Parts: sequence; structure tokens; C-alpha cells
Amino acid sequence: MAEGQGKSKGADHGTAAHTAADGGHKASFPPFESNTFASQLVSFAIAFGLLYLIVSRLALPRVGGVLAARQQVLDTDLNEAAKLKGDSDAALKAYETELANARAKAQAMATEVREKLNAEQEQAKAKLEESLATKLAAAEQTIATTRATAMGNVRSIAADTASAIVERLTGISPDAGAVNAALDASLKG
Amino acid sequence: MADPIHQFEIHKIFTLGHIGNQEIAFTNSSAYMFGAVAVVSLLMIGGSAGRALIPSRFQSVAELSFEFVSNTVRSSIGEEGMKFFPFVFSLFMFILTANLIGIIPYTFTVTSHLIVAVALALMVFLTVLLYGLYKNGLGFFKLFVPHGIPIYILPLVTVIEVISFLSRPVSHSVRLFANMLAGHITLKVFAGFVTSLSALGALGIFGSVLPLAMTTALTALELLVAFLQAYVFTILTCIYLNDALHPGH
Repeated sequence: MAEGQGKSKGADHGTAAHTAADGGHKASFPPFESNTFASQLVSFAIAFGLLYLIVSRLALPRVGGVLAARQQVLDTDLNEAAKLKGDSDAALKAYETELANARAKAQAMATEVREKLNAEQEQAKAKLEESLATKLAAAEQTIATTRATAMGNVRSIAADTASAIVERLTGISPDAGAVNAALDASLKG
Repeated sequence: MADPIHQFEIHKIFTLGHIGNQEIAFTNSSAYMFGAVAVVSLLMIGGSAGRALIPSRFQSVAELSFEFVSNTVRSSIGEEGMKFFPFVFSLFMFILTANLIGIIPYTFTVTSHLIVAVALALMVFLTVLLYGLYKNGLGFFKLFVPHGIPIYILPLVTVIEVISFLSRPVSHSVRLFANMLAGHITLKVFAGFVTSLSALGALGIFGSVLPLAMTTALTALELLVAFLQAYVFTILTCIYLNDALHPGH
């Protein structure tokens, strides 16, 4: 203040305004005290200029950079997630296709085996039937032969028996030709 | 009772020099201005120091202020207005910080001084005027000639437009200054009631509860006003800047 008084009259006046405010003496309403305007304007110009420089050169690029970096990380992560989801979808699809293929293959295999088994069975059955038929035919032939033989034997037995019966009844041994004729007649009848 | 005007007084701290006959002093107001600058710088630079992917609370505040102002600028001026983003951001943060610091008891409110509000508003006004003329040339004056107005009332409308344009810095600055000043005076008056009532004895102390509650409520209101006035100043700045970029109505 002493310095201010040492200067020109105007400066003295400016200091007086500050001093008046200091003393609490209400010379005027402080916001309208024009003596303080110059000081405030100079301070404001320096302070705001400084703030603008700090904000535009330092603060905003930094915060903007942090935000941009975050956005980039988010975008990258989202893209990667989308890619991974696509991969997993593709893998799932491949798995399902593979499963369907395997199922179809298994079914085809089962059908094939079943058909093969059926065919084999049919074949075995046919073979068996054939052999049975052969055996049957052989047996029938044997029976026929045996029967024919037996039938021949029956005639001789019948002739013998007839001769014996006639001999016993009449005491006369019958003529073989007559017996045979009688047998023939009897067999025909 | 405490003088409600006392808080607005400006004290010289030391002399910086002289311009002509006018003494230029570093005052308490200067200190609070640089204090606000320091707080904003600290918040923004300190907040972005971690560069964390998941921000801390501190970093979150810095990022929220950035995004709040950038969204305001982008929505009211558009992408080309982003060249004014540092300017608008400085304005918003300076006013908001100065207002908020002013709410703390025993502090000084920079924005409660007319000259500071006028300086802020004139800065915006001159930016709009000079940038508008630089960008659009004489086309800037289309701002005063709205489209689709019948020719016989066009002179009248133009005069009104010019007056409204010129009165912008007045309303712009007085709104901020008057809100801060009035709020702080009201706060001080009610706070003064508390002290003078409680000096009256037991009954006075009992009676001072009412103004104390009022002071508390007013402080909350002042917090809102501090933010709101900073925001209003910023949004008006954006609207005016939008005129400089797009003068046709």
C-alpha cells in the first residue's frame, strides 16, 4: 500500500478503493467498484488463457485419448466375441452334421447286416429244405422198394399158406398152377 | 449482524504493475480464479493419469465432465462445433468450479462479480461475431433477416433481431452474476440470523434453529444453482456459437 501511495495519483486512487474495501467501510457495492475492474480483468485474462491452454493442449487430449482407447478395446473385444460366437456356432453345426452322418451310417450298416443275416438264413433254410426233400424222396423210394418186396413175399407166403391150408383140409397137395391162378383171382378181386 | 456484502469485497494481495494510471493488483479474486484453474487442471490431468480401462471414481469425474460437455456441444452445434469444444469446456469448468468453490464458507465467489461475468459473456459474444464474420463473410448478417417473413414487417423484425443479438452479452452475463450474487447474499442473511439470534440467550438459540434449517436448505439450492448457472451459460454459448456456424435461420 505504501508502494501504491508512492506512485501517481491514479494509482493512489486505485489502492484507495482496495483499502476502503479492506476497512469494511461501504463506499460502494463491491461488484460495482470500477477501480477493481482492471485488476480482475487482467487476472481473468491470464487465468482463463492458462486454463484454455491447459484444457486444449493437455487435459482434453488425454481424457479423449483414454475414452477413445476404451472404445477401441470395447470394439475389439466385441468383435472378437462375435467371431468366437461364429466359430462356436460353426463348430456346433459341424458337430450336428457329423452326428447326423454317423447316425445315417449306423442305420445303413444295421440295415445291411439285417439283410445279410436274412439272406443267409433264407439260404440255410432253403438248403435244409432241399436236403430234407432229398432225404424224404430217398425214404419214400426205400419204402416203395420195401413194400414191393414185401408185396412179393406176401404172394409167396399166401401161396404157401393156401397150399398148406388146402393140404390140411383135403389131404391133397394142390397143384402150384391152380394156387397161383386162385391167388391172382383173389388179388384182382 | 454480519454484513452480507462483506464476502464480495476485493482485497489486494500484492501489486502486479500499472497500466497507465491504473494499478493492477493480484487480489483475492485473482487467487480464486487461479485456484479454479488449478482445480480443473488437477481434476482433468490427474483424473486421466491412471488411463484405466475401468475408471476409478476420480477418473470417472474427469470422463463424465468431458462427455457431458462434448455431448452438449455436439447436440447443439453438431460435429463441426467440436472445434469450439476446448473453449466451451474451459468456460463450463471455470464457471462451475468458481461457483462450487464459492459455496464453501469463508471463500470468495469469482462469478459473483459483474466484471468477470461480463468478461466471460463478451468473450463468447466476440467469438461468435468474429468467427461468424470470418466463416460466413457478409452472409453472417442473414442472422438478422429471418426467412419467410412478409416484406412489410421485415425491417421491424430485423431491428428486433439486431437488438436481441446486441443484448445477448448483457442477459448472458447478468444472469450468471445476479444468480450468484443474490444466492450468496440470501445465504449470508439467513446465516447472519443464526448468529444474531443465538446471541440473545437460550430462547434465541432455540429460535435460531429455523434460520439454520433455512441456511442448510439454501446451501443445497445454491449447489443446484451453481451447476445450473454454469450449464445455462454453457448451453447459451453453444446456441450462440451455432448462430456463428449456421447464420441462416
